[in-house]
Amino acid sequence: MAEPVANAAAPAPAPGRLRNAFGGVLCAFTLILIGVLAFSIRLFSVIKYESVIHEFDPYFNFRVTQFLSKNGIYEFWNWFDDRTWYPLGRVIGGTVYPGLTLTAGSIWWFVNALNIPLSVETVCVFTAPIFSAIASWATYLLTKEAKGTGAGLMAAAILAMVPSYISRSVAGSYDNEAVAIFALVFTFYLYVKTLNTGSLFYATLNALSYFYMVCSWGGYTFIINLIPMHVLLCIVTGRYSSRLYIAYAPLVILGTLLAALVPVVGFNAVLTSEHFASFLVFIILHVVAFVYYIKGLLTPRLFKMAMTLVITVGLAVCFAVVAILVALVASSPTKGWSGRSLSLLDPTYASKYIPIIASVSEHQPPTWPSYFMDINVLAFLVPAGIISCFLPLSDASSFMVLYLVTAVYFSGVMVRLMLVLAPAACILSGIALSSAFDVLTRSMKFQLSKLFDDGPAISGNGSPNGSSASTVNTSSSKNEKTEKSEAAPKEKQSKKNRRKDKEVTESVSVKPKKEKRLSVLPLEASIVSTLLLIALGGFYVVHCVWAAAEAYSAPSIVLTSRSREGLHVFDDFREAYAWLSHNTDVDDKVASWWDYGYQTTAMANRTVIVDNNTWNNTHIATVGTAMSSPEKAAWEIFDSLDVKYVLVVFGGLVGYPSDDINKFLWMVRIGGGEFPHIKEPDYLRDGQYRVDAQATPTMLNCLMYKLCYYRFVETDGKGFDRVRGYEIGKKHFKLTHFEEVFTTHHWMVRIYKLKPQKNRIRGKLKKLKSQSSKTSSTLAAGRKKNPWQ
Amino acid sequence: MAEREHRSSTVVLLTHGSKSNQAKPKEDKRSDLISVSPSSALLTSPAMAPSVRATVLLLLLLAASSSSQAAQAAEDGIRVLSAEKRIDLTGPIVKVFLTLKVQNTATGADASHVLIAFTPAEADHLAIVKATRAEGKRKKKTYIPLPVSPADPATAAPNGARLYSISLPTPLKPTDTTTVEVFYVLTHSLEPFPAEITQSESQLVYYRDSAVLLSPYHVQEQGTYVKTPSSRVESFTRVDPTSRSGPDVKYGAYGNQLPYAYSPIILHYENNHAFAVVEELVRKVEISHWGNVQVTEHYKLKHGGAKHKGVFSRLEYQARQSISGASSFKNLLARLPPRVHSVYYRDEIGNISSSHLRSDSYKSELEIEPRYPLFGGWHCTFTIGYGMPLQDFLFESADGRRFANLTFGCPLLNTVVDNLTIKVVLPEGSKSPQAVVPFETEQHLETSYSYLDVVGRTTVVIKKKNVVGEHNVPFQVYYEFSPIFMLAEPLMLVTAVLLFFAACIVYLHTDLSIAKSQASS
Repeated sequence: MAEPVANAAAPAPAPGRLRNAFGGVLCAFTLILIGVLAFSIRLFSVIKYESVIHEFDPYFNFRVTQFLSKNGIYEFWNWFDDRTWYPLGRVIGGTVYPGLTLTAGSIWWFVNALNIPLSVETVCVFTAPIFSAIASWATYLLTKEAKGTGAGLMAAAILAMVPSYISRSVAGSYDNEAVAIFALVFTFYLYVKTLNTGSLFYATLNALSYFYMVCSWGGYTFIINLIPMHVLLCIVTGRYSSRLYIAYAPLVILGTLLAALVPVVGFNAVLTSEHFASFLVFIILHVVAFVYYIKGLLTPRLFKMAMTLVITVGLAVCFAVVAILVALVASSPTKGWSGRSLSLLDPTYASKYIPIIASVSEHQPPTWPSYFMDINVLAFLVPAGIISCFLPLSDASSFMVLYLVTAVYFSGVMVRLMLVLAPAACILSGIALSSAFDVLTRSMKFQLSKLFDDGPAISGNGSPNGSSASTVNTSSSKNEKTEKSEAAPKEKQSKKNRRKDKEVTESVSVKPKKEKRLSVLPLEASIVSTLLLIALGGFYVVHCVWAAAEAYSAPSIVLTSRSREGLHVFDDFREAYAWLSHNTDVDDKVASWWDYGYQTTAMANRTVIVDNNTWNNTHIATVGTAMSSPEKAAWEIFDSLDVKYVLVVFGGLVGYPSDDINKFLWMVRIGGGEFPHIKEPDYLRDGQYRVDAQATPTMLNCLMYKLCYYRFVETDGKGFDRVRGYEIGKKHFKLTHFEEVFTTHHWMVRIYKLKPQKNRIRGKLKKLKSQSSKTSSTLAAGRKKNPWQ
Repeated sequence: MAEREHRSSTVVLLTHGSKSNQAKPKEDKRSDLISVSPSSALLTSPAMAPSVRATVLLLLLLAASSSSQAAQAAEDGIRVLSAEKRIDLTGPIVKVFLTLKVQNTATGADASHVLIAFTPAEADHLAIVKATRAEGKRKKKTYIPLPVSPADPATAAPNGARLYSISLPTPLKPTDTTTVEVFYVLTHSLEPFPAEITQSESQLVYYRDSAVLLSPYHVQEQGTYVKTPSSRVESFTRVDPTSRSGPDVKYGAYGNQLPYAYSPIILHYENNHAFAVVEELVRKVEISHWGNVQVTEHYKLKHGGAKHKGVFSRLEYQARQSISGASSFKNLLARLPPRVHSVYYRDEIGNISSSHLRSDSYKSELEIEPRYPLFGGWHCTFTIGYGMPLQDFLFESADGRRFANLTFGCPLLNTVVDNLTIKVVLPEGSKSPQAVVPFETEQHLETSYSYLDVVGRTTVVIKKKNVVGEHNVPFQVYYEFSPIFMLAEPLMLVTAVLLFFAACIVYLHTDLSIAKSQASS
């Protein structure tokens, strides 16, 4: 696999071959080590905590994988899940990106076919580290296509430990992104490879890889927009070639067909605006190809005439078509874009219209420190990488630059998309570092040789030393050369021979390179710069290891705190889920805020009302409304949903900040968005959200407050909330419609049961009958509040 | 708490049919004894009345119907000179110590068996019966264990009473006496009443038994001693002479009881011990000849006491531990072999961080806490796994076979296991396995597959119901094994790697292009 490190430097065949072989082996070993590094740096979570699935979404993926491994692929496609979104349910097979699940499922199946008894959980936990190792190899390939082996190795090493990627792919973080980043980079590699070789084989592979990406993550739209942009860029800058056509046209046709096979995408692949750019560019590409073809047939004069004719007619037709398209698209309320894509294009969109997208912390725009945290020194190396990409600019390097620029924009909109930026930043930093080392070591070598035998070296830059310049330089200029010799009928030759051929062309073109002026730095400066760069790299490594070990390894369902007595473990979430799973009826419905939906279905195996797949805003708003209503109204809403247990997360006793009281304002907002009788200002005192004595009566009487603080005052006598840092407002109260059935050890999860309705007393019933008009009106009011009656 | 006592002078005789000659001298007394008056008998407490009355009636009916059946029990002429029954009710498991002084009075035959009788309910809950015979005098007293087996079903006993026979190593000659000590354990014999309690209440249970010894023989003299965990005894049946001091209740001494005499008693008392019931335990023991014995135990645990009712308040539980949730338990102790390593404790959703392991050279003690305290009726599941050094457990027998010497039962202390399955996974390639267990079990063989197995590992599956701590005795699994099989899997891996490299070499040296291009020529 590994290309020889240096192939042009030695013209003599025998030592050259040896050197090639040595370089190849060295390169392979380096790559293996990089893979090991990528895998093992992600094991901190297993070593420090345990081999367990992390966070929220991974639990859903894990549950789907379990289902897949138990019931097989056909059952999986037809899976209607009645454990969630009660009473609506969810068609899992048609709404899930199946890539990750199928990958882990196949790994599990393969391993078990070899009689290695790994559990599904183990496979799921280690899928992300395995794929990050593969992703770093893909990065090597991609960067090598652009700037040669040295830059490739550098970029792979950097990607192996970039904190941004680690945050999504530590062992246990079994999420789509873990696999998707590999698919993303690999698709880009195959695109660039096709662009460089013009091979239809790679173009087909590219479409398949794109298919895998579509299976894995919704972020595939990034690919299907970035590649057309690059094609357009190439056309505009006059870089159209048949290779470009081969790289793009099959991808659009095959890719779209394949993408439509994925149930969750389906006809969206041709219907939504996210994909229109690719079709538009597809048309443009064909027009351009046709023009080039005509140009080849006609004489320049005739061609000019034809051009003016076609352009006038063509422009008119084009405008008509574009106008129709625009009108069509504009007629739909969201302009044919999905909510998440729109919030990418217009960063203020989500906060204005879709609070549910805005309420997720990873959809917020990042802060500057988070850039430093997530890509660290790469942020400074990237500009250097861009410069290096322009010296010389090739198809591949222009792609890198374009990738980076778009990724920077997207990461600025959503923290989550920092993940897309990470590979781009790694590639460009790898290129930057590699070029810098290249220049520095070359000048060091030159100066040293001058120092030792100052005889021939005085002759200056054009001296023979230049020919033995460092390896990366030669390979970096390779692209340029291959481009020059593109007219040669290389495509027809077999792979091996092509490589040989390349060597030949390169050794031929050694001369023009020698003529190029080499920038040589003073010895001291280059030594110092090298050391500084190494120190910078060292700093990066230290930061990455720290980030992997401290910042991103916590599984979030197990919390720890270090005190003088030692490590204290807060395992309340699993305590509550285990209790639910063993001591409630299997068909009981549990209501909680949607954050805990996936975990409840996966760990407690109980039916939930809403979960993290926020597909039905009304349903979530109903739960939000119930949580922010007074007890009786909430009871009625929950009862109409057949809810038996209500679960709240409360951090006030131990100081766990991301609890339901802190999320409560989002429940009010989302609830109020659908049911206007919930008004946010009712819960705020002078625009401030508080639950102390200053809080509004609406706040102090809502269900969430009551369920969180029920009998809380009896713990310390004052009711001091450690998260909010003050005493709570209403201390002594009774629950009338709910009863406490379980509270975990540190009170972090509290579970309440809906009390059954009281028997009606006959006398009261008569009274009710006499006031029938009044009751019916109140009932009607209740109906308005509650969408389920 | 006010104590209620119930007076009863009624003794129910189960058999009428066999008016054996042993009973004759006391014929005059029998009329008193048979005077059964269910309506006036026993009870004043309305709560207790129906159940006990039903029992009495049932027994009477049974007695009437079975009167035709001759109890042949007494035919071999053994009589119990004195019997002492000590019932230990302090824990969740009922332990009964029975000391029988028996005499062979028959003129003719030697007696090689001594029979003991259980009611059908007792027999269903009987976990283990052990018998020993005391030999020698005072200081030189030695106890010889005697084999106990369910008696031949052909020997019909009245009313479905089940007989167990204790074989004596040396038959009892006529007029000889000997002392047999019987120990048996009853599980699930304490019925919580009230059946549902709230968090602040403590757990009360019923225990039902007979004041007089149920025996197929004529009993000359006997007493029953009951020991409860605390002095809080709500009520107990009086069968005079009955006395109570603190936690102890004494029935008897009663003289001259006929065979199968039965006098139901009921005790209602406080028992806040952990009623930990393992509903299902699967222990998998994997033997690897590379030096490790890996044990994995899957537990399905339940609190078998009075069901928890209504609210569970963590506040009450944490603040007032002495009175709140008295019958709940939050930790269990497992006794593991010494030198265990890599111990883990987890359930299906991950590691459970609350456990402690203490090891010394004789044993390892693993203290585990389930994720939440267990109240009555609450369930939980968990898995314990550990490795043990092979040399402690695997030996070679004289005939060249190997045997693994493992411990039966459940390592958790003071628990009842309803269904125990032990799977001993022998190494791949072992042949003719044979399990030797000192009591009756259900056994079969199956094949399981583990790391890179091709033919599969022979697995001996041993099943037993109703297992208690007394079952934790060694058992052996014998099998034949040739050491060459140890190398099978490493060799397989080596071959695979070799083939991979060979394939690489072949690939690199083949050129599959159809036409040689000009550049290469």
